[in-house]
Amino acid sequence: MNKIKEKIRNMTDTNLLLTITIVVFFAMYIAAILIEGEGFLKPQSFFNILNANAALIILSCGLSIVMITGGIDISVGGVTGLISMCCAVYLDYKGGNVLMSVIIALAIGLAFGVVQGFLVAYLDIQPFIVTLAGMFFARGMTTIVHTNPFNVENPAFVALKETRVIVPGMGSVNRLGRYVDAYVELGVIVALLVVLLLFVMLRWTKLGRSFYAVGGNSQSALMLGINVRRTRFLSHVLCGLLSGIGGYVYFLHVGSGAVTHASGAEMNAIASSIIGGTMLTGGVGNIIGTLFGVLSLSTIQNIVASAGFGESWWTGITIAAMLCIFLVVQSVIMSVRKKRSAKK
Amino acid sequence: MSKAEKKQKAGSRQILIPLIALAILAIFNLIVDPSFFSISLGVNSQGDPVLSGNLVTVLDYGAELAILAIGMTLVTAATGGQDISVGAAMAISGSIMLRVLCGETTQTSVLHTPIIVALLVSIVVAMLFGAFNGALVAFFKIQPMVATLILFTAGRSIAAWINNNELPIIDDPKFGYAGGFIPGIPIPTPIFIAVICMIVIALLLRFTNLGLYTQSVGINEESSRLNGLNPELIKLLTFVILGVCVAIAGWIKVSRLSTINYSTFAKDIEMDAILAVALGGNALSGGKFNMASSILGAYVIQFLTTTLYRMDVSSAAISAYKAVVVILLVVMSAPTVQAWAKNMWKKLRPHAAVKEVG
Repeated sequence: MNKIKEKIRNMTDTNLLLTITIVVFFAMYIAAILIEGEGFLKPQSFFNILNANAALIILSCGLSIVMITGGIDISVGGVTGLISMCCAVYLDYKGGNVLMSVIIALAIGLAFGVVQGFLVAYLDIQPFIVTLAGMFFARGMTTIVHTNPFNVENPAFVALKETRVIVPGMGSVNRLGRYVDAYVELGVIVALLVVLLLFVMLRWTKLGRSFYAVGGNSQSALMLGINVRRTRFLSHVLCGLLSGIGGYVYFLHVGSGAVTHASGAEMNAIASSIIGGTMLTGGVGNIIGTLFGVLSLSTIQNIVASAGFGESWWTGITIAAMLCIFLVVQSVIMSVRKKRSAKK
Repeated sequence: MSKAEKKQKAGSRQILIPLIALAILAIFNLIVDPSFFSISLGVNSQGDPVLSGNLVTVLDYGAELAILAIGMTLVTAATGGQDISVGAAMAISGSIMLRVLCGETTQTSVLHTPIIVALLVSIVVAMLFGAFNGALVAFFKIQPMVATLILFTAGRSIAAWINNNELPIIDDPKFGYAGGFIPGIPIPTPIFIAVICMIVIALLLRFTNLGLYTQSVGINEESSRLNGLNPELIKLLTFVILGVCVAIAGWIKVSRLSTINYSTFAKDIEMDAILAVALGGNALSGGKFNMASSILGAYVIQFLTTTLYRMDVSSAAISAYKAVVVILLVVMSAPTVQAWAKNMWKKLRPHAAVKEVG
């Protein structure tokens, strides 16, 4: 017991919060199995969580990077909505091809990232204000582009949307006794790739380490010779690019354009990042944690829905309650650790 | 010029920012359509005399925003952050009010309780939610925008929950007075309510240390503590005051509609309220503030909204235009840009630069 305590004490903040997140996720998943019974034991129900949240994972990853660097970006949901609307209009009304729509998505995301990053990093404007304006701009533009919701019927796109990747050996036998393969959507593959790439980048590249350095203490980062402004700028550009990718993955999942798409996605993404152990004060965070944050968030939503709280408002309240608990826990843990290190 | 004088000048210059913005908007409207400024005395459907015209609309519909700006300015000054949950909190207080007034029924022309009781209940509830936000910020040291994110996410859901997702409608004309006209008085009631709030806050700032304390906590929390202030309590207090503002604004808003739509009620008003503070020239990072400037900022934003509506911009698209205005404003007020502009100015006019050095 003492050994464990010693270990916890010696952990870095990032690893401690990551551990908490992973433990919470597994506890919740086991609770879900106990409450819901057999349903949650099937691998497919886990893959369904992934299918529904692939876009959220990518958006949260982008947000985590900005948050690690000490900023925040609340425009990701708005950008996602704008991208799905633009791509939908382009594919259906302008008769565009799929490849071009991907480029449009990435370009929109990148444009938001570059402009916001420039304003935040080089003009020293508060990131919250800049990205709040970005979010409202994106939401307003979405209605200007098109107002009525519609489904995309472009054949090439629909084929891409319907593509399923079979996961070997994970299938299950359904009620009729037939073996059904477990599958994930294309977006999940993209999301997992993004997570892997970002994990490697944050851990082992110079840019990744400078994100942590700038977020932890921008003064000392500056003295270490890190270009603080450029690092901040790049974090927003990266987040913009990821919201471009995430936006397209979202579009691939829903396959339609609507003004209400991805409303509140930014809040879910922020909540996931925080639950995943990213500190808002910067310098602490982990992409793997973010992945588990998204999974925890949707698992608890499933639990709440299946425990008889079916009404729509419980979703919002649950997310908020979880966010609240994690914020308070983080704050308490950090202040305890700070006191301890001050004693030393 | 001595340093103190310079500071004095900077303080009075602050109110120039919203004034200039107002002037630009006014001139723009004057050029596009001079009839924008006409005010007429008409008669409404009940046969009472009412004033109408775009300027009256600005003052009328700007009331909620001005009231919110009062609370938001204090929160900004003390904590260096903003409350993004005001719209959601307004939905909660409006929902509470309807619940108290309607009782168990959903459509009523008879009020179950006096309006003043419902108002007091909603103020208390809004103060509690404000205290919740404030406690997270003050005691758990969570950034204000993130702490209020919790209520932002949950607020509208809670509002729907209070009324079981039903939409109560009140037919009693008395309930509509707060958001419309009191019979016989041609000026919209929200203007009066806003003026009362302004007088109250002006008296508070004049005769108590509220302004001094919030500013000192915002400028340097540690040294205010050493000087015997309790920064946590003051931060909490500003959020509670904002809660009162939210309840009053929610009352006006719900009275205008006589009903509530949980997902669209007071939507995006948090953006406008923050914008009002920023437009008033107050630093969003806390510290010194100018209340009159913030309130004027709120009316400038309403002026902008009314102008955009008159130009047939759809209400959903309006946020895109506003966002552009916000970005332009913050870019212009950014210190980096101002320093750059000053340098350019000096380069263009070398004589002036020499004079200043001398």
